[in-house]
Amino acid sequence: MHSLAKRVSRTGQFLWSGWSGLAGLSVFAAFWQVVHEAYGSFILPSPLETLTAAQALLGDVSAWQLLLTTSSRALSGFALAGVIGTVAGCIAGFHPAILRLVQPQITLMLGVPPIAWIVLLMIWFGTGSATVTTTAAVACLPIVFLGASEGIASRDRLLDDMALSLGMGQVRRFVRITIPQMLNRLFPILVMALGTAFKAAVMAELLANAGGIGEALAVSRSNLDVANALAWILLSVSALLAVEYGLIQPTRSELEAWRHAARPWGVKR
Amino acid sequence: MNALALSNIGHAFLGRTVLDRVGLDIGEGELVALVGPSGCGKSTLLHIAAGLVEPRQGSVIRSYARHAVVFQEPRLLPWATARKNIGMALPERLSGRDRQDRVLAAAAAAALEEEDLDKYPVQLSGGMKQRTAIARGLASEADFLFFDEPFSALDPALRRHMQDIVIRHAGNGRRSGLFITHDMTEAVRIAHRVVVLERRGNGISGERHVPLTPGERDDRMIFETVQRFMKEDPLFRHVEELDERRTG
Ligand SMILES: Nc1ncnc2c1ncn2[C@@H]1O[C@H](COP(=O)(O)OP(=O)(O)OP(=O)(O)O)[C@@H](O)[C@H]1O
Ligand SMILES: [Mg+2]
Repeated sequence: MHSLAKRVSRTGQFLWSGWSGLAGLSVFAAFWQVVHEAYGSFILPSPLETLTAAQALLGDVSAWQLLLTTSSRALSGFALAGVIGTVAGCIAGFHPAILRLVQPQITLMLGVPPIAWIVLLMIWFGTGSATVTTTAAVACLPIVFLGASEGIASRDRLLDDMALSLGMGQVRRFVRITIPQMLNRLFPILVMALGTAFKAAVMAELLANAGGIGEALAVSRSNLDVANALAWILLSVSALLAVEYGLIQPTRSELEAWRHAARPWGVKR
Repeated sequence: MNALALSNIGHAFLGRTVLDRVGLDIGEGELVALVGPSGCGKSTLLHIAAGLVEPRQGSVIRSYARHAVVFQEPRLLPWATARKNIGMALPERLSGRDRQDRVLAAAAAAALEEEDLDKYPVQLSGGMKQRTAIARGLASEADFLFFDEPFSALDPALRRHMQDIVIRHAGNGRRSGLFITHDMTEAVRIAHRVVVLERRGNGISGERHVPLTPGERDDRMIFETVQRFMKEDPLFRHVEELDERRTG
């Protein structure tokens, strides 16, 4: 009962914080409007026109289909990178020697431009979902890996000793002491990785003509339909925000209730 | 039969010798206070005894079933409430009901109020954190307790209260314990025996049995014993020097 009340209050606060997000977006829209008024509709349609265009798109079932395609590709890439990166990062975090060996490869992966990956993957996998998903995964794998390995390597060893002194076995220590500390580091990075996955997926779709939002953007470009292009961008950002605030942030706040407790009133997010 | 036998312990950090040829036996049901100047290696010795640090030399023989350590720092899990922190010391097999009762009993012993149990460590004061750590130590079914200056963050009244709990828990012959402290009054009040670690960790300088058993000693007797130790006994010269250095 008590915890239910707490949860409701936390959810309420979370929703309430949407207002500040809306305020931020309004400021952005205001700047957008200013630029629109300076350069005209052909270069930059007004926010309202874009919204109307987006609304028109959403009236069509095929647009939802495209959004779903891109989102599911980005999400599967993200999930793939999340699982591989976290597991590999944990292993490397425990073994500094492995971390040393893997670090140059991570730098390499970060250094290769996504365009190059797309070209290679198109040759290997053709121009289908596999290319898009893999591009998204490759783009966010290094950051997830670094986050997880950092999280493990920077864990508080004093807590480990404490658990050991209570007679906890290795597995229980890992699950109850180390993983929470690792997730602490990893979550902000997962948010970033998710954004990267979406960006990479849309780009791969555009370049590989693989359907989804990317291809819709390509079509808008060839029609010089700026309002439509902006509407698609708006929709893909909305899809990203929906995943982030519907999936990642709730999980995070569930795991980090203690952080919330540490913040005084008024500074809460 | 000794509950804990440390013999010929030697340890070095990064080539710097911290402990050398230290031997210490603690009997069944005995509570030993370990004193010595700051940095002489008391905590290191405790960590070796508790199996957290592998000594370079020497052997540790433990003939008790389970131990618990109250560290110099609270070492609480920041993401868990005080209740969960205390509960993590309990054996897995307990039922939810038993678990709850034991946590409450340990918390009450450590003078923690029930409403504080749902707070996270960041919401607790320094002394409350330390008491939570003590409650965690008490909640475990340990038959050997290690304490590393556990009461340094508490006010005098609470300190006395906690000392009484330690006496009830370990000073009455049911459990054994090793108690590190800088406070001679505390050492004389709770321990059967006071052991002095040499100020550079070169073995044990010596030891003194305190008359009577803990809990039977009155304040006057404790005061006189401390006075005798500090004023007349050459063994405690270093501890005295330390006190001068601290106040100076
Ligand atoms: N992890 C470590 N690495 C290197 N040196 C260490 C480490 N831990 C302790 N030392 C050194 O070992 C010596 C003994 O430390 P220890 O913590 O055992 O002292 P102590 O007697 O408990 O002191 P205090 O009363 O201040 O707690 C100190 O000189 C300290 O600098
Ligand atoms: Mg110490």
